[in-house]
Amino acid sequence: MNQPKTPHNLSYRSVFSLVLKRDLTIALRHKDDIINPILFFIIVVTLFPLGIGPEAQTLSRIAPGIIWVAALLATLLSLDRLFKSDHSDGSLEQMLLSPQPIFILVLAKIVAHWIITGLPLILIAPLLAVLLHFNEQSYGALMLTLLLGTPVLSLLGAIGVALTVGIKKGGVLLSLLVLPLYIPVLIFATSAIDTAALGLPYSGQLAIIAALFFGSLTLAPFAVGAALKVSTN
Amino acid sequence: MWKWLHPYANPEVSYHFAGRMLPWLSALAALFLSIGIVWALAFAPADYQQGDSFRIFYLHVPAASLSMGIYLGMAIAAFTSMVWQFKLADASAAAMAPVGAVFTAIALFTGAAWGKPMWGTWWIWDARLTSELILLFLYLGVIALHSAFEDKNLAGKAAGILTLVGVINLPIIKYSVEWWNTLHQGSTISKLGKPSMTADMLWPFLFCFIGFILLVTLVICIRFRSEVLSRNSIRPWVRTLVSTQLAATEK
Repeated sequence: MNQPKTPHNLSYRSVFSLVLKRDLTIALRHKDDIINPILFFIIVVTLFPLGIGPEAQTLSRIAPGIIWVAALLATLLSLDRLFKSDHSDGSLEQMLLSPQPIFILVLAKIVAHWIITGLPLILIAPLLAVLLHFNEQSYGALMLTLLLGTPVLSLLGAIGVALTVGIKKGGVLLSLLVLPLYIPVLIFATSAIDTAALGLPYSGQLAIIAALFFGSLTLAPFAVGAALKVSTN
Repeated sequence: MWKWLHPYANPEVSYHFAGRMLPWLSALAALFLSIGIVWALAFAPADYQQGDSFRIFYLHVPAASLSMGIYLGMAIAAFTSMVWQFKLADASAAAMAPVGAVFTAIALFTGAAWGKPMWGTWWIWDARLTSELILLFLYLGVIALHSAFEDKNLAGKAAGILTLVGVINLPIIKYSVEWWNTLHQGSTISKLGKPSMTADMLWPFLFCFIGFILLVTLVICIRFRSEVLSRNSIRPWVRTLVSTQLAATEK
């Protein structure tokens, strides 16, 4: 029996992949939305050697912090796009009205956001690490913390965007809401990289970032759903 | 219990109840604070190591515990409002946020002023101080969100979600001195166990602490009343209240 696919009999998996494909297609048709945060990331990182001075020792000492702070800011810059266009053209309300659970829809949108912004950051980070005379022992730690940490940034950031999407000048407010929530990720990620530079095991910090990842993966979509309901009213 | 509680869901009843509490709260707060502060600053024995500078403890510790306590109260109010759609809870959460922010700032400032003579530095990036600073940012975010929406109901809901997300910070602040090796000392006061300070230092602290709790409750009650009034400004009972007040002042 081959039932026609209506919104009522879609499986969770097909809903997830539909929303994911839709968001990725839209993003690929606005390539500057993908490229601009990456360019911002690169430019912010290159500003530090110019401002601080090119001594390799100083740079390699502060490189983990620079790369992570720049990653936070680049993510923050890209967050706006997560719900804004869908909110302004009304498709967000249609999604919330659909019989599918909001959790799945929101999770798919966040995953799409991470693929568009988080993944390129991870790919470009080792290159910037070379520019900053990164300690050779800590490349693995940098990649692992970025891999576990950037999804947390997308998940927590989505809460902030969902809360501010209905407000006209939400941009500054968004950073005020989201950056304090990012601080734990920043602390543990840079501490893991610093520990790795000393040649010590950093699995403890990595475990905490992983815990943040799974905690926000399971809880943040609920908060985002509730916040979207408030914002679309 | 619900029968006893449900009249207070009416804004008018709650407004007048909070109003009746004000004189009691202000009298008790003045009593406890004046006894506690005079006792703490003038009569309590000086610390054998820190001398007289330890006396800032009597302001620092109540402010720090209240900064967390008010956040917890705000989170409970946000949860109540979200689950039971109880609109007055939003008003009370909005009333609590600035008070909590001020007490967090007091805790940070007195901590810095105490840290300078004792640790030799105003500020250090240890876990307790950093997490308390994040608490201040969370309070400021909640206040900003409350004022960002035109519609106060929406503002309450949005700020409630942020408040509940930020609750994760409370256990981090509470246990930071145990989980990490920090410069900040561990807890001296515990209500159930044996406190690690002598009774003649502990008693003035208890007076100060209860006094500050009463003061906070008083300020929150005053702010709660004005929140209720501004949220219900089109209701007839607010209009009659305002017009009778105006008539009384004109006389």
